[in-house]
Amino acid sequence: MANSLKRSYDVVVVGSGAAGGQSAYTLSMDGAKVLMLEAGRKYSPEAETAMFQTPDQAPLGGVGTPDKPFGFYDATVDGGWQVPGEPYVRTSEDDAGRFDWWRARMLGGRTNHWGRISLRNGPYDFKPYSRDGLGFDWPIGYEDVAPYYDKVELLIGVYGTNEGLENTPDSAPGCLLPPPSPLVSDLLIAQRSKRLGIPAIPGHRAVLTQPLDFKRSPARLHPGNLKAQKILADDMRRRATCVWATPCGRGCSIRANYQSTTVHLPPALASGNLDITTDAMVYEITLGRNGRANGVSFVDRTTGKQRYVSARVVILAASACESVRILLNSKSARFPNGLANSSGKVGRYLMDTVGSSVSGQIPLLESLPPLNEDAADGHQLYTPWWLYQDQHAGKLGFARGYHIEFGGGKRMPGHGTGAGLEWLTGGSYGAKFKEDVRRYYGSFVYFDGRGEMVPNDHSFCEIDPKVKDKWGIPVLRFHWQWSEHELRQAAHMQETFGDIIEAMGGRTHGAVQADGAKAIAPGGSIIHEVGGTIMGSDPQSSVTNSWCQTWDVDNVFVADGAVFASNADKNPTLTIMALAWRAADHILERMRRKEL
Amino acid sequence: MDRRTTLKWVLAAGAAWPLLDGRGARADATRPMKGYGTDPTLQPSYRPGELWPLTLTGPQRRLASVLADIIVPADDHSPSASAAGVVEFIDEWVSAPYAAHQQDRSVVLDGFGWLDAEATRRFGKAFADLNTTEQSGICDAICDQSRVATALRSAARFFARYRDLTSGAFYSTPVGRKDLNFIGNVPLARFEGPPPALLKALGLQ
Repeated sequence: MANSLKRSYDVVVVGSGAAGGQSAYTLSMDGAKVLMLEAGRKYSPEAETAMFQTPDQAPLGGVGTPDKPFGFYDATVDGGWQVPGEPYVRTSEDDAGRFDWWRARMLGGRTNHWGRISLRNGPYDFKPYSRDGLGFDWPIGYEDVAPYYDKVELLIGVYGTNEGLENTPDSAPGCLLPPPSPLVSDLLIAQRSKRLGIPAIPGHRAVLTQPLDFKRSPARLHPGNLKAQKILADDMRRRATCVWATPCGRGCSIRANYQSTTVHLPPALASGNLDITTDAMVYEITLGRNGRANGVSFVDRTTGKQRYVSARVVILAASACESVRILLNSKSARFPNGLANSSGKVGRYLMDTVGSSVSGQIPLLESLPPLNEDAADGHQLYTPWWLYQDQHAGKLGFARGYHIEFGGGKRMPGHGTGAGLEWLTGGSYGAKFKEDVRRYYGSFVYFDGRGEMVPNDHSFCEIDPKVKDKWGIPVLRFHWQWSEHELRQAAHMQETFGDIIEAMGGRTHGAVQADGAKAIAPGGSIIHEVGGTIMGSDPQSSVTNSWCQTWDVDNVFVADGAVFASNADKNPTLTIMALAWRAADHILERMRRKEL
Repeated sequence: MDRRTTLKWVLAAGAAWPLLDGRGARADATRPMKGYGTDPTLQPSYRPGELWPLTLTGPQRRLASVLADIIVPADDHSPSASAAGVVEFIDEWVSAPYAAHQQDRSVVLDGFGWLDAEATRRFGKAFADLNTTEQSGICDAICDQSRVATALRSAARFFARYRDLTSGAFYSTPVGRKDLNFIGNVPLARFEGPPPALLKALGLQ
């Protein structure tokens, strides 16, 4: 791929995940000449995905190891909590102050393995400061992003329903695919949750439960662009629907779920307007004499050589923290503290999602008949945040909400099957143990809280003054601190999950944790890194404007999660794609007007 | 397990300790420091011993097999753990170069040492040579960490760990999946959801 590199492009996109894929798709389908630079290797889900492999075919039963932290078959290449030869620094190693940074070095980035949960931010989520006086308002509102949520859902395929719930937006007609049938455990959780006043509704995930509407959607997405319509229609027809088996985290060789490599990149490449160069580790945006960016410098990871490519526009989509790193490493006389950093806010207001979990065992689910419960690989149902009014009235003691991802069922037996049963069996072994494993298999449920973190001054990243990666590029140093809002929220999650398990007639595995500091997962570990170049309406207090365009350099855009001014409980990927599409439309318009 | 506990076990194991002969240690010395790396090929079926050498000695494998089959014996539903290949899995596991697996290696080998020491102390024989009643007598004392005697806590931790490894390995195999009536991991044209009669019986419809 590297050989096809031209000397100059309309747009260079740094990164190939959700933001890079969407940016490249929108721009190239509309005729812009785009170069995508990906730090990792070329990756082909069709050829490389382990779909039906069973744990006994993997080394060590497929369990996570330092080489493959989410398991042998996880669709992560050369990544995880550490990338070989590319360290990062953190100022604290203890759970309260650490930040764990998950990266991948592969085409498509983290979209290859993500959970496919695709929730929209609601109206409150764009104006949190106006609502409770904490954090920042976005310079845009839900109504600005809603049309782009519609577009992304139509393009990638998202199942779900419109329920009309508070701050949990409905999609435009025809955008959502039908949700999958819930499992027995889903229905029991929903029934008992409702008795506690807690809703449970169909989840939203980027999984094709039926074929995409290749007859109507292309014209809806690309009005007046017949070439794009044809390319997209052809590609939509080539995507298979879900076969109700195999974990999405392995990726999907039949393209039945969204990953950048199977959904964004094929039509973008078919347009003839996209070149992709892999093993291209971008380290600097270069500045021209006119104060505009003129291109990017990168290391060719296969040769170690430094290369340069010029472009009219640079889009950073390298992941929130990696985009921050590139800006901070792009120093010049004009920007001694890093490109587009006149505000000093690059790297600031780093956020993750608050995570806390409880699992339990439910006697009602014991010894059920054989059932195929692979379903959509989870999130058939979920619980959106339901206490907006109590929270707004100040009754909860923490400012922002969370949603609940839950599940159970007779999943493929594996390394954890029959493990840790002592608390139920009294330590059985032998014939009794085998009976016990049969009895308890499929009777466990889990609840994961996913909550909003309020941005704070103590959670940020900067360039470490000493440490460099193996390419000689200075690395990031992370600072992290939770506030009482997150800790109390985590404690509330624990109490709620304990209540639901009790209402199901079950027992929690281990005690419900009343101390939020002990219940909360470490920073970064939910892998929803956002912030770092937040968007705003004031160049003094934000890095980009409402179009993801840096205030300081008008042809540099940040399309990934770095622009998030808040991190709603809703998983960020759908919003990243919607904002990237919106920014790309803006870039196209400005290029047409010769302003870029 | 910490070094202090290990030392206690060595002392308790006494004469039986030589069962952990030098072969394991020598294999340790040549074991690759690296695992399968951050970009392994995912498609092939991997066999124990393919990626790093197996290191259990003959006597250790014999004990591993006897204990795995005490935990998961053959019954009407499925064969025993050893017949399903669990010993090879455990050998792969304790021979793996990762830190967590090396820690398990200590737990397992120290546990093996304790079993033989206890068998020798009680019956004058190695654990694998005891009859099933004698073996159960020892296992019953360490099978439940919540009611184990203080002096046997380390042994109970070992037993729990070994049971987890045996169970996970066994139920990961085709015969283990069949034992649990697992019918997933096959492509379906449609996902119908649970049968209405079942939902009705559970009060969910």
